[in-house]
Amino acid sequence: MSLTETGPAVAIVDAEEAARARKTKIEKIARWTLPSLVMILSILAWHFYVTLNEIPHYVLPGPLLVANSIFEDWSLLWPALLITGRLTLLALFFAILGGVLLAVAFTQSRWAEMSFFPYAVILQVTPVIAIAPLLQIYVESAFVAALLCAWIVAFFPILSNTTIGLKSADHNLEDLFTIYGATRWQRLRYLAAPSALPFFLGGLKIAGGLALIGAVVAEFVIGRSGTGLGLASTLLEASYRFNFGRLYGALILISIMGVVIFAVTSTISFLLLRKWHESALKRE
Amino acid sequence: MTDTTSIEARPTLLTMRHVEKTFAGNVTALKDMNLTVREGDFISLLGPSGCGKSTALRLIAGLMETTRGKIEWEGGRSRDDLGVVFQEPTLMPWATVAQNVWLPFRLRGVAFAEVEADIMEALTLVGLENFAGSYPRELSGGMKMRVSIARALVTRPRLILMDEPFAALDEITRFKLNNDLLELKARIGCTVIFVTHSVFESVFLSDRIIVMAARPGRVIEELHVTEPYPRGEPFRTSADYAAHTRAASDALHIAMGEPA
Repeated sequence: MSLTETGPAVAIVDAEEAARARKTKIEKIARWTLPSLVMILSILAWHFYVTLNEIPHYVLPGPLLVANSIFEDWSLLWPALLITGRLTLLALFFAILGGVLLAVAFTQSRWAEMSFFPYAVILQVTPVIAIAPLLQIYVESAFVAALLCAWIVAFFPILSNTTIGLKSADHNLEDLFTIYGATRWQRLRYLAAPSALPFFLGGLKIAGGLALIGAVVAEFVIGRSGTGLGLASTLLEASYRFNFGRLYGALILISIMGVVIFAVTSTISFLLLRKWHESALKRE
Repeated sequence: MTDTTSIEARPTLLTMRHVEKTFAGNVTALKDMNLTVREGDFISLLGPSGCGKSTALRLIAGLMETTRGKIEWEGGRSRDDLGVVFQEPTLMPWATVAQNVWLPFRLRGVAFAEVEADIMEALTLVGLENFAGSYPRELSGGMKMRVSIARALVTRPRLILMDEPFAALDEITRFKLNNDLLELKARIGCTVIFVTHSVFESVFLSDRIIVMAARPGRVIEELHVTEPYPRGEPFRTSADYAAHTRAASDALHIAMGEPA
């Protein structure tokens, strides 16, 4: 610091830093306003495209009609949403349970992994839409059959990510645990599990989306026979009846569900990793 | 603690007798190594890569079994006898500094509260008492290494193994950590086996330098650095230091099959 002029007593920020601060501030606002603006503009464009071209509602219903349908059919859509939601969450729950348990079994025993991993892959690569009709035959309850479908789709990313994660512990730390005479359980609890956490959470984000896709596919295939499953069945039924307002209403609700699942899993992931993992750290 | 007792007078801690390690494919990593480690020793294993110095360390740590020969601990070895510092800080990123230092205790089933005082003391010894609640990512490379050292000495093991711990650090940090390590040794009187490929580091730190050669990995010479502890910065520029460095360099050149 020079002794001559210290200048007026304002925050000492040079032009570049001031510009950077301003840019950060603007970006913070834009992160929310820009997507909202795009959505409003798209809905407006949709509205005017439909009204100005006088497109019949059985080809493309306008946003007002769709909103109206959601409102009027709420007594029908809400229970359907609950069913699809339950289907998705249960599938995700069992996917986590099965995926994590199998991953632990695979990493504890090489023999178990060698024996069963190929079949987990086969289960994954066989298109679920081809399995669904079979499940419908062998499983009495349509809900259970749909649950199985969604589970098959959702569990693999959890299994495969968690397996890699459990094996990804630092080798020197492994050695250290050996030197300190750690038990198998201590190794799993204090070393393998925390190392696997970021991988597991990555798998969870994918599995959340896949569980919903699995549920929708299952409902399309299984819910067809008047079993009255959730939103996807409602959507399909509405298409047969040319009730396009309801169809779009169901579609929008499904996609909101997907967004909520993604937001929840992302938030969980952020909260668990923010203190230590590179992916959740803010860079200066 | 000034070192007035001669090396031979100290009690024996560990003996390596005709220790050999051969890997599958008939690669001899270490051939006929004999070494007596005495309490309070600071031994450097110095040599080019492939000389078996890390293998020797892993054998002593019990991470590998000897192909031939024996490693005997005076009075038998328990799992509390050893602390290890690797080339990387090897900290658990998800745990705080204090929790990382707790690890050796935790694996014995000792609760944090019971050993909190020991943990804080170890952190104070390495100058990190104010960082107990920090996460490793918030620390510099040198500070992470200090945490690693605190973890190694928190249980006051009979022997601390260090595998090129400062090799990845910049020179200024390395000098500082070298000084601090000697001060630490003076205060708690630990026994250290230190693997390095730096002649300067080995001369500055140790009272015994085991010079090793590669293909096959073997000991070719043992040098004694008679300069008493504590050693400070003046030692780095002294004539004795230069002479010891010269001797160690010459031995290393022979080890590498080059004319001295």
